[in-house]
Amino acid sequence: MTAVLAVLEQRDGALRKVSHEVVTGARRLADGLGGAVEALILGTGPVRGTDQLAKYGADKVVTATGAAFGSYAPEGFARAVAEHAKAGEYLVVLFAASATGKDLAPRVAARLRVALAMDVTDVAVEGGAVTATRPVYAGKALLRVKLGGAPAILALRPSVFTPVERPRPGAAATVALDVPEGGGRVVVKQVKAAAAGAVDVAEAPIVISGGRGLKEPVNFKLLEELARAFGGSAAVGASRAVVDAGWRPHADQVGQTGKTVSPTLYIAVGISGAIQHLAGMRTSKVIVAINKDKDAPIFKICDYGIVGDLFEIVPKLTDEIKKLHG
Amino acid sequence: MKIAVCIKRVPDSETRVKIAPDGKSLDEAGVKFVLNPYDEFAVEEALRRKEQAGAGEVVIVCLGPAAAQETIRSALAMGADRGVLLQTDKIPADGLEVAKALAAELNDGEWDLILFGKMAIDDYNHQVGPMVAELLGLPCVTAVARLDLAAGTGTAEREIEGGIEVVEFPLPAVLTTEKGLNEPRYPALKGIMAAKKKPLATKPVALSTGGIEVLALLPPAERKEGRIVGEGPDAVPELVRLLREDAKVL
Repeated sequence: MTAVLAVLEQRDGALRKVSHEVVTGARRLADGLGGAVEALILGTGPVRGTDQLAKYGADKVVTATGAAFGSYAPEGFARAVAEHAKAGEYLVVLFAASATGKDLAPRVAARLRVALAMDVTDVAVEGGAVTATRPVYAGKALLRVKLGGAPAILALRPSVFTPVERPRPGAAATVALDVPEGGGRVVVKQVKAAAAGAVDVAEAPIVISGGRGLKEPVNFKLLEELARAFGGSAAVGASRAVVDAGWRPHADQVGQTGKTVSPTLYIAVGISGAIQHLAGMRTSKVIVAINKDKDAPIFKICDYGIVGDLFEIVPKLTDEIKKLHG
Repeated sequence: MKIAVCIKRVPDSETRVKIAPDGKSLDEAGVKFVLNPYDEFAVEEALRRKEQAGAGEVVIVCLGPAAAQETIRSALAMGADRGVLLQTDKIPADGLEVAKALAAELNDGEWDLILFGKMAIDDYNHQVGPMVAELLGLPCVTAVARLDLAAGTGTAEREIEGGIEVVEFPLPAVLTTEKGLNEPRYPALKGIMAAKKKPLATKPVALSTGGIEVLALLPPAERKEGRIVGEGPDAVPELVRLLREDAKVL
C-alpha cells in the first residue's frame, strides 16, 4: 500500500533541496502507518536529482510531465496534484511549506475538501492517526493536532526535517505520467532572480541577521562577508527595525511579520532581541548573539554570546571561519 | 470597484502567551486584541483601489466572536464602507471550515476583488485565502508584495526563495497581501467617529470542527540560558571552538 504521497519541487529542471526534507518526513509517517512513500514531481521532462530519492526513503518516483510544468503555475499544479492524490487514495499528502507549498497546499486541500496542517515542525503516527505539531502565536506556543482527513494534508516547515538517509532496497521505480494541459488563469510571466548565489533566509542552513546595532545600511557588508566565508551556505537576514527603516528588503526580515527560520546556526548581530524577533528564530538549532549590551534579551535565549563591539568581533569571526574553510 | 476584505481579530504581537486551563487554548485574560497586521495591508490596498477608481465599495468581512465588532470598526475607521460579522464564539482550527463560511457569505457578491492578509499571526494557518478562491472558483495570487491593476486584469509580484515571481491574472480575483505592499494608514479621529455610524451587520454562523482536532497547546521547548563566551574580539576563537566541538555545527 502506498501510504504517503510526497509532493516535491523543482526549479529549472533540478530537484530543490527542500524535497529531501519532505521525503524524510514522508518516510517517517509511512513507517508509522506501515506503507510505501511515493514522490511526485511536476516538470517538463525528467527532473535532475530524482534518482537520489530512494536514498531518503522513496519507494516510487512519479514524474508528471506537461509543457506547462516548467515553472510553478498555481492552477495547473493544483489540478494535477489534486487529481493524482484523489486517484491514489493516499493516507497522507505532504508538501514543503515553502513559498510554492504555501500557495499550492491550500488549493489542493480545498479541492479535496480536507484539512491542511501548515508549517508543521514535527509529525507522528499515534494509534493509527497522523498527528502534527505546529508553532502558533509566532512560535510562542506549539499546537499539537490530530488530522482526520482522508488524506491528511501537511506542509512541513523548511529546514526542520533534517534529511536522513534511509535507503530502500533497489532503485525507486520511476513512472512518467502525462498530464493533460489545462490553461490556468493565473500565469507566472517571469521569475526575477535575486542576486546570484543568494540563499533565502527561510531555507539557509546558516543565517546571519543584523539589527540596528549595525548603525548604517552599508555596514551590512560585514555580515555579507561573513556569509561568504561560510562558502555559500549562509544567508543574511535582518530585524524588523532595519527593514522598516528601509535598510534591507522585507524578504530578508526574520520575525513575527517576516520569516520564521530554523537554521542549524543563527548568528544575531546587533539585535537586542524583541519578542517579535525571537519568535522568528527561536527554533534555530544553535543561536549565537553578538551585542554590546550585556543585558540585551537576545542573550537570554542564545547558546553562545559575545559582549562587545560588533565592528571588531564580526571581522575577526570572518577571519576565523575563512581559516576553517581554508 | 467592489472589494471585500476578510479580516481577523488576533492577539497583539506583544502578547505573552499563557495557556488556558483546558490545555488547548490561549488564556485570553488581559490579552489585547488587534486587527491582524497582514489584514491591514489588505484593507489599505482596498481603500487605495477604490479611491483610484473614484467609485465603489469596500466591505469588511470578519469571522469571530461578538468582540470582533471592535476589530471591524477599526477597519471602518480606516475608511471601509460597511462590515459583516459572521459571529461564532469558536473558530475551528481547520482553516477549510473558516473558508467554507466565508465563501458562503462572499458567493454571488459580484466582487471585483476579494482580499485577505497572507496569514493570521495567531494560528499561522496561512491557507484561508486560497481555499476561499478554490471554493468560489476564482483565480488567486497569494503573498502579493506589489500590485498593478488595469481594466479587467492585474499584475502582481510575490516573493519566492531567491527571487520574485511576476504573475498575471484576470479580475475578479482573490489576493492575499504581504508586508511591503503598502503602508497602512492610521485612522484619523474623523474616521473613528464616522466608523461608529457605518453599517455593521451581524450574522450568527455555526461551524463544524472539520478535520483538525486540537490535542494540546504547549509552551515552546525551553532553551537553556546560554553562556557568554567572553567580551570583544578575543572571545572569537573560543566561540569558534565551541561551535565546532560542542555544538558541532561547523
